[in-house]
Amino acid sequence: MSDSEDILATAAGWRAAGETVALATVVETWGSSPRPAGSRLAVSLSGKLAGSVSGGCIEGAVADAAQRTMASGAPQLLDFGISDETAWEVGLACGGKLKVFVEKLA
Amino acid sequence: MTPAILEALAAARAAKRPVALLTRLTDGKQSLWPDEAAPPALAEAAAAALRDDAAGNVTLDGAAWFIHPHNPPLRLIVVGAVHIAQALVPMALATGFAVTVVDPRRAWATTERFPGITLIHEWSDDAVAALAPDSRTAVVTLTHDPKLDDPGLDVALKSDCFYIGALGSRRTHAKRVARLVEMGHAETAIGRIHAPVGLNIAAVTAPEIALSILAEVIATRRGAALARRAAPVAAAAA
Repeated sequence: MSDSEDILATAAGWRAAGETVALATVVETWGSSPRPAGSRLAVSLSGKLAGSVSGGCIEGAVADAAQRTMASGAPQLLDFGISDETAWEVGLACGGKLKVFVEKLA
Repeated sequence: MTPAILEALAAARAAKRPVALLTRLTDGKQSLWPDEAAPPALAEAAAAALRDDAAGNVTLDGAAWFIHPHNPPLRLIVVGAVHIAQALVPMALATGFAVTVVDPRRAWATTERFPGITLIHEWSDDAVAALAPDSRTAVVTLTHDPKLDDPGLDVALKSDCFYIGALGSRRTHAKRVARLVEMGHAETAIGRIHAPVGLNIAAVTAPEIALSILAEVIATRRGAALARRAAPVAAAAA
């Protein structure tokens, strides 16, 4: 269970059970981001979470974005980091910067 | 992600076939590599990502692409269905390794002792050779018995496996080195063997020793300084 693929299997399982599911993937990092590019977080419409894209700092914000992607079907590319205004809200304690791609599992 | 891509990823995983997921971040368009239709820039990045086991980013025609490697799991071959192996196997599974246990002694290598694990009841040279260790494979010998461990080490030393570890004290290892030299291995090549096996965390119990071994395997895989030893052969002979 190389971790990002284990998350994919979990997401596929939710999908097969009739859930609406979105996948968030770390696509780029700078500085001391705790999770490398390729790390995945699966989110279901009912609020289930599996995996991670950070040490827990931004999972909430990513899950909110995932709900929007599940509703619209449109993917999003999210920026997190100290240079970003949203950092004031979500706060990256690690001081890193990262980009997260969010897509719906069709 | 489309159901077709999701299924193809799962199929590649089941077949232990390396594939890279290519995602255009501007609109979410995705494809899997190998794919003859992939533009050369993406194909090159995909091959590199799989080789290095590291995700990458490429800009093509002004659009950013994410290159996500999906390699088959790393493999761990454990020679010796001993007590330490019973502790090591579940830890290795939890860290993502596909594990095989080799031991011709059927009383040791039982499904009761290793539930759900692939067990091979053959001599370690035949078994390890058949498993064809590659650059994503670690080999650990734990029987402490030359006639069971040495043949497996012989085969492992001739392979590209990324880690070789052998249980046994410095004195035991010095004798082992002498035998492996007899078998025709150069001392520098024998220096690939991590022995005494595992990071030195003063482990005592079987699970502690298993933890030290797995930590060393991972440190080696990730290129940590901790995994490098100063002249292990010379140290063993001293």
